[in-house]
Amino acid sequence: MSLWRQATRGLRVLLRREAADGEVDDEVRHWLAEATAAHLSRGLSPAEARRAAQLEIGNVAVVRDEVRAHGWEAVVGATLADLRYGLRQLRRSPGFTAVCVLTLALGIGAATAVFSAVNPILLAPLPYPRADRLLAISDLAPDGSPVYVTYGTYRELATRDRDFAALAVMDGWRPALMGNAEPERLHGLRVSADWFRALGVAPAVGRDFTAADDQPGGPRVAIVGAGLARRRLGGARAVLGRTITLEGDPYTVIGVMPAGFEDVLSPAAEVWVPCQYRAVASFESAEWGHHMVMVARLLPGVTAPQAARDIAAIARNPIPEFPRPPWADLKGGLGAHSLQHDVVRGARPVLVAVLGAVLLVLAIAGVNVTNLLLARGARRRGEIAMRAALGGARGRLVRQLVTESLLLAALGGAAAMPVAMLGVRALVALSPPGLPRISAVRLDAPVFGFALATTVLVGLVVGLVPALGVSRADLQAGVQQGSRRAAGGHERTRRALVVAEVALALVLLVGAGLLLRSIGRLFAVAPGFDGAGVLTMQVEAAGRASDSVRVQYFDQVLAAVRAVPGVASAAFTSQLPLSGDLDAYGILFQSNPPTRRNDYGNALRYAVTPGYLETMRIPLERGRLLEASDATGGPEAVLINESFARRIFPGRDPVGQLVRAGPELGSPDRPWDVVVGVVGDVKQTSLALDAPDAFYVPMSRWPWVDAVQSLVVRARGDAAALAPAVRRAIWSVNRDQPIDRVATMDAMLAGSAAQVRFALTVFEAFALAALALAAIGIFGVLSGSVAERTREIGVRTALGASRGSIVMLVARQGLGLTALGAAIGLGVAVAASRALASLLFGVSRLDPATYLGVVTLLAGAALLACAVPAWRAARVDPAITLRSE
Amino acid sequence: MSPNTDVIQGTLDLLILKTLSLAPLHGFGIARRIEQISRGTFKVNPGSLLTALQRLERAGWLDAAWRESPNARRARYYALTRAGRRQLEAETADWTRKAAAVARLLGAEG
Repeated sequence: MSLWRQATRGLRVLLRREAADGEVDDEVRHWLAEATAAHLSRGLSPAEARRAAQLEIGNVAVVRDEVRAHGWEAVVGATLADLRYGLRQLRRSPGFTAVCVLTLALGIGAATAVFSAVNPILLAPLPYPRADRLLAISDLAPDGSPVYVTYGTYRELATRDRDFAALAVMDGWRPALMGNAEPERLHGLRVSADWFRALGVAPAVGRDFTAADDQPGGPRVAIVGAGLARRRLGGARAVLGRTITLEGDPYTVIGVMPAGFEDVLSPAAEVWVPCQYRAVASFESAEWGHHMVMVARLLPGVTAPQAARDIAAIARNPIPEFPRPPWADLKGGLGAHSLQHDVVRGARPVLVAVLGAVLLVLAIAGVNVTNLLLARGARRRGEIAMRAALGGARGRLVRQLVTESLLLAALGGAAAMPVAMLGVRALVALSPPGLPRISAVRLDAPVFGFALATTVLVGLVVGLVPALGVSRADLQAGVQQGSRRAAGGHERTRRALVVAEVALALVLLVGAGLLLRSIGRLFAVAPGFDGAGVLTMQVEAAGRASDSVRVQYFDQVLAAVRAVPGVASAAFTSQLPLSGDLDAYGILFQSNPPTRRNDYGNALRYAVTPGYLETMRIPLERGRLLEASDATGGPEAVLINESFARRIFPGRDPVGQLVRAGPELGSPDRPWDVVVGVVGDVKQTSLALDAPDAFYVPMSRWPWVDAVQSLVVRARGDAAALAPAVRRAIWSVNRDQPIDRVATMDAMLAGSAAQVRFALTVFEAFALAALALAAIGIFGVLSGSVAERTREIGVRTALGASRGSIVMLVARQGLGLTALGAAIGLGVAVAASRALASLLFGVSRLDPATYLGVVTLLAGAALLACAVPAWRAARVDPAITLRSE
Repeated sequence: MSPNTDVIQGTLDLLILKTLSLAPLHGFGIARRIEQISRGTFKVNPGSLLTALQRLERAGWLDAAWRESPNARRARYYALTRAGRRQLEAETADWTRKAAAVARLLGAEG
């Protein structure tokens, strides 16, 4: 009731100010009349009675103001008045307003865009219920680094550990969806039965997997994503119970996940099938390969550290029911991290670096606007002094000035929204592949909240510095003259701000410089092959087919592709360098038996068609390459890479050594293969890492033929332009087989450094903006200083100072500020570069050349910024200046 | 030096409510009544009285309306609402309790 009255009465005053004021006036006037009448009745003359009454009451306007000053609407009214006044002020100087709003829009917009990426990836919980209860469990290598778990380890933990409400494993799967329209290679997962129960999300339609589904030889069932159902299968309802063909096998769709469900461990996944592994399997089988990701949901009441201790205890104490092979003996222990930590681990360094960069940009934008406000404050000294003289309280003045800066910030914040939208789009487009949760990067409520908070904070900080300075200043001096000389305090603050700006810009420039040098170093690394002019794509022989049928299919494809005009050569490989493929098998040299039983070394396996090494131009070091005859008969020929050969056979000739690779190494029945040649090292996972051990075998001679192979095509001309013709050639052999990951080798190479490149792009953009802002800051301070010192400069000129010495006077001031800022910035950069260390390659974070280059660049920009004010100072006419005083 | 005629802090609301509990009155009338009944101990100035009236009206304890006064002037009359009457009772009880306490304290010292 009273709240209603408060609101309505207040609103009435705000909306109908005149009427409300009139009412108070009427009341006071009535009071005056009654008081006069009372005095009259006591015998005073009418004039005396009036005077007495007026004395009692005082000034009507003052009474009215006193009544009006109470109630909430008074605060609103004053704020509105401040806003109106502020708007008028801003309109009066459109240039100043535009520069401030633009600067803030860039700063706030960039920060908002970056926050929109940082929030879902680093800060927000994963999109599952009680995501904080989810753990990622990994096997630990002897050096403590996490590696994939084996299914055998999962079985042991699932049986022995009592801490989990659900424990599940998954393995990536790229099945071909066949049978309708264009064949497509889907992203999918093979999972154990509890996978979705561990994540805490059930299918929206249909049912979840059960233990009965996840048995060797169990039913072929699949759960699909809502997107796939809509895109290819006619909608969630229609697809339930239908049969789809994956890799040539029929699968019954038993469930459809909710729209918007994201499997964070494989964001592109849209089909899930049970992995149907055996509970007990020989060590030679896939169940004991390190290839699975394990996720656990903690039971209520169990803490993560407690679970980690229990897991570690199980790892330390093997029991006879669960024998372990040497490569999964858990001697290094098992690691348990929050799933969130595990998912974002790879993205954290680059995001933290970018976040740091954008905060620097925001700080520089803020400093710049503060500087502009200070300069404007100096020009408004007269006005402000007048308001103070007319009775404006200091608090009220500060409030007025802060209102104006908040208004500026609000305009900047509003203008920042389109900037942020563009920024988000640019970030998503530029983002390195493999960045998790990228689908969640968008402008949403938390992001708007961040933008709003940033805007208010910037408005307050940016306004308070000049406001406190102005009101502290000697107001009297301001009234007496629109003073040109008494601006000492301001100047000091402005100079300090410019120094800060230069320092911040330098930090960003150092970051950009270090990343630039890293990229240069990275691409100077020889990958071990010649990627220029090579086109690659994944070709598949999906469906149940014998190895010989597959080999025949791949041979037909090769023949068709080689017939395409412009193709110089073509070949297949089971894994492609720098593509993300990683596929290693045990290898055993007869002359180099393992020290422990069953403990074989691992090396990358390339099952290739003869001609692969020639097409990729991987150099032959010793012996010979694979020949067409190796594919069909004779003792199996194996190539190994140079550093592998040097390590295993120091001082001996590797050619002619007997070797076994792949399954059943220890079996005495297996014949030995022969090393026929040594080839150059090739970077497989990253340009930044040393080339791993590797061996090459003819595709047709490996114990099985992989269904998915990478085709490499060396073009005579433009490799990318060849793609449509090559695709047509492949489909001329079989229209039902999907083609995937079409890219030139150059693009693969560039993509392998995507994270550093992404950070570099962002840093370059931000560093250039910072450099420009710092130069503008220097220019602004010097211009102001020259304007204020016109008289002094005039006197100096009159006394015979040369133009050169006047230019030096101004330049010295500008360069002095730059030098101080650069010195501070260097110190900060040395410390801050630590955050970039993990993104750098081949260059120290303290690389002197980078620091020197950056300082030179900054000095150049500073010189440019000094030039105009110095030139202006040199042209000061002493006669005019002196006369004007 | 003239004696202090300021209303004791925090009691102006109580005085207004009590005054209006007898009959509706306009601002000047309220001031006059307080002055008379307190035999000149308290003098109320228009600024604080009108501010207080506005506050009490918004709190829902008073209703206000423009009416003709007996001497044919248009005046804003304030009347106690039911909520106002309850507030008066509460404030009276509170004041009585405090006044008694102060009296006891003063008595104890003397």
